[in-house]
Amino acid sequence: MEFGLSEEQTLLVDTVNRFLDDASPLDRVRKFAADPNDTDIWQGLVDIGISGLLVSEDAGGTGLRHVEAALVAEALGNHVTPSPYLGSAVVLPSVLNATDPGATLLGELAAGKVRCGLALSGATGARAGTAVVARNGRLTGKVAFVLDYPASVYLVADAAGSLHLVDANASGLSHRRLTTVDASRPVGEIVLADSPATCLSNDPEVLARALDVARVMLAADTLGAAQNMLDQAVAYALQREQFDRPIATFQAVKHMCAEMAADLEPCRAFVWYAAHALDELPDEARLTACHLKAHIAEVGQFVSKTATEVHGGMGFTDLVGLHYWFKRIGLNRQVLGTPEWLRDEAARLQGLVA
Amino acid sequence: MDLSYGPKYEAFREEVRAFLRTHGHKSPKTTKLKAPELLDWQALLIENGYAARTIPKEYGGYGAEPDILKSRIIAEEFAAAQVSSGMGGQGISMLVPTLLEMGTEAQKREFIPPTIRGEMVWCQGYSEPGAGSDLASLRTAGKLDGDHWVVNGQKIWTSTAHLADWIFCLVRTEPDAPKHKGISFLLFRMDTPGIEIRPLVDMTMNRNFNEVFFTDVRVPKDQMVGARGQGWQVANSILGFERDSLGDPNATLGRLNRLLALMQEETVDGARVIDNGALRDRAMRIQGRVMAMRFNELRVLSAKVNGRNDAQLARLIGKLQGTELRHALEQLGIDAMGEVGTSYADNPYLRDGGSWQYHFMFFLGLIIGGGTSQIQKNIISERGLGMPREPKLAKEQK
Repeated sequence: MEFGLSEEQTLLVDTVNRFLDDASPLDRVRKFAADPNDTDIWQGLVDIGISGLLVSEDAGGTGLRHVEAALVAEALGNHVTPSPYLGSAVVLPSVLNATDPGATLLGELAAGKVRCGLALSGATGARAGTAVVARNGRLTGKVAFVLDYPASVYLVADAAGSLHLVDANASGLSHRRLTTVDASRPVGEIVLADSPATCLSNDPEVLARALDVARVMLAADTLGAAQNMLDQAVAYALQREQFDRPIATFQAVKHMCAEMAADLEPCRAFVWYAAHALDELPDEARLTACHLKAHIAEVGQFVSKTATEVHGGMGFTDLVGLHYWFKRIGLNRQVLGTPEWLRDEAARLQGLVA
Repeated sequence: MDLSYGPKYEAFREEVRAFLRTHGHKSPKTTKLKAPELLDWQALLIENGYAARTIPKEYGGYGAEPDILKSRIIAEEFAAAQVSSGMGGQGISMLVPTLLEMGTEAQKREFIPPTIRGEMVWCQGYSEPGAGSDLASLRTAGKLDGDHWVVNGQKIWTSTAHLADWIFCLVRTEPDAPKHKGISFLLFRMDTPGIEIRPLVDMTMNRNFNEVFFTDVRVPKDQMVGARGQGWQVANSILGFERDSLGDPNATLGRLNRLLALMQEETVDGARVIDNGALRDRAMRIQGRVMAMRFNELRVLSAKVNGRNDAQLARLIGKLQGTELRHALEQLGIDAMGEVGTSYADNPYLRDGGSWQYHFMFFLGLIIGGGTSQIQKNIISERGLGMPREPKLAKEQK
């Protein structure tokens, strides 16, 4: 029995964190926010093998599992790193491993030659005017809030619950960037007009599983981002002096930090368990993923607000830049299922809805 | 990640189940202390290694090597079979581990065997009216008079004082020493002349606690655990045991399942309570919190089993989060029933024996007892996050 990180997992986390400390400091994230076409961070992650994490060794990857993928997602959230990790390194490889393990695309993903955008939001409640219909291998419709935009291929969920892959250069496909609060991860809109597509699966279970995987990764991202905000709050409180002493000596400030830690620390085990369940506990995976994303969204909101407050007025400024983490956590909360809808889904999964 | 206990432990689980199939029917129906069926059951459990499991044989225990997973399996299987897991109480859960650590050989031989058999019942004399969160400021005084300590003072929150044979008690014996170094840990009989017990009825309207008054209580000099002035150190090792067990997420999971059943049974205007979206959302939110704490506890368990020290913060938050979560869960049970949820005692509308209101209040008591939530936050911020202690007021500085 072992519910903790192995030496290999710890080594992976250390390696990624060391790389990101250098490659993705806040200044670099700010530069990306101004010029999102700057892709050297992702290339660096490709170079250390992150793009091939879930791809088998035969196809040029490292053949690791969703627990390792979640640990990397956590590190990326911690560094508010801009990268198309979610779609390109996790969700599409995970789907292909289940549907078409021999696909040459897996090797191209591992090599960083293909970037995948996630056009799944129709499957988690289509907002006004968005829907995609498939007919004779062609897609027509619109998807907004496409994650990991811009990409070279898009993974699209249609209104019937099938998953398709569309080339970014496909005929009839147009796209544009949508500005959101989170400048670290651009999102977009794609419009499809009778665009040719490859159907990956008609099985709604495959789509549902892709959502489980994406939700666990977004939760891990929030875990990392929230941990960073808590760490910054504690460090700031130790250094900032008022009334002739560090504000970390005031019980009011200490209790804010303790409450953040008390809420956040169990999320670490929750992420591990949910990621482990994706591979090993099929009966629990979906319910755990729904609850994890809902729960960590609530904790993330509390931590991002409270950590900002600990910084006082400086927390509100662009100068300190805490808002990059605040907004990252905010976007993670809203995409692919908000807490209320996820809890509704959790209730349905347990037969608690009439 | 490997969540299985492995074949060796699953074989052990089968042994426990076989025992429960053969003997489970003897599980006592009463909780009355020293009832013969209770003592017999306790003796049977010790004989088979399901109680006093790791207490050495020479002190009347079963004498097994400590094995966290085996203890866990025993707890899981006894709970699943709804069979009594034997006696608890402060003597068994707190005094015995302390005596094993700090007691003399004579003390171990005298006190441990009857305590684990359930024949010697203990209460704990720690808190005082003026010494709660700041326990080390306690003032109950012990003065040496020949071969006896003469004890004067008052204790409060003393569970089972009216039922106990003995008390383990913190007493200030070195009034001139710094406050943490002036305390000694005394053991004495509750029928010693000069002890007065007054019941303290709590908000559940039960006599869960007492106030205990000492007037010239004479305690033989050798009935001290540890040396003079070492009592704080002795007591702290015990408080560690106490905090760990409050707000156990596995017990909370059982209660959550009962909550979900209740919400499907109860109706308002013919509609099930669970079909109210707002209440259902609250239930699901609680379920997510319970999951978080269960996995957190699993992590702490794994760290203990594998001798890892990377789950210290996860462990520090257990009491705070566990008791607050349980209180919120009980609150939802009451809200699910609306006005029916106010029922108590002999009300014919009562559900589940009135346990929702009772536990709602009881867990508020646990939020306060065993180190309040505020004290827990101090501990988390200082030991878990490395933040400094609050500076003392000028008049306290020496």
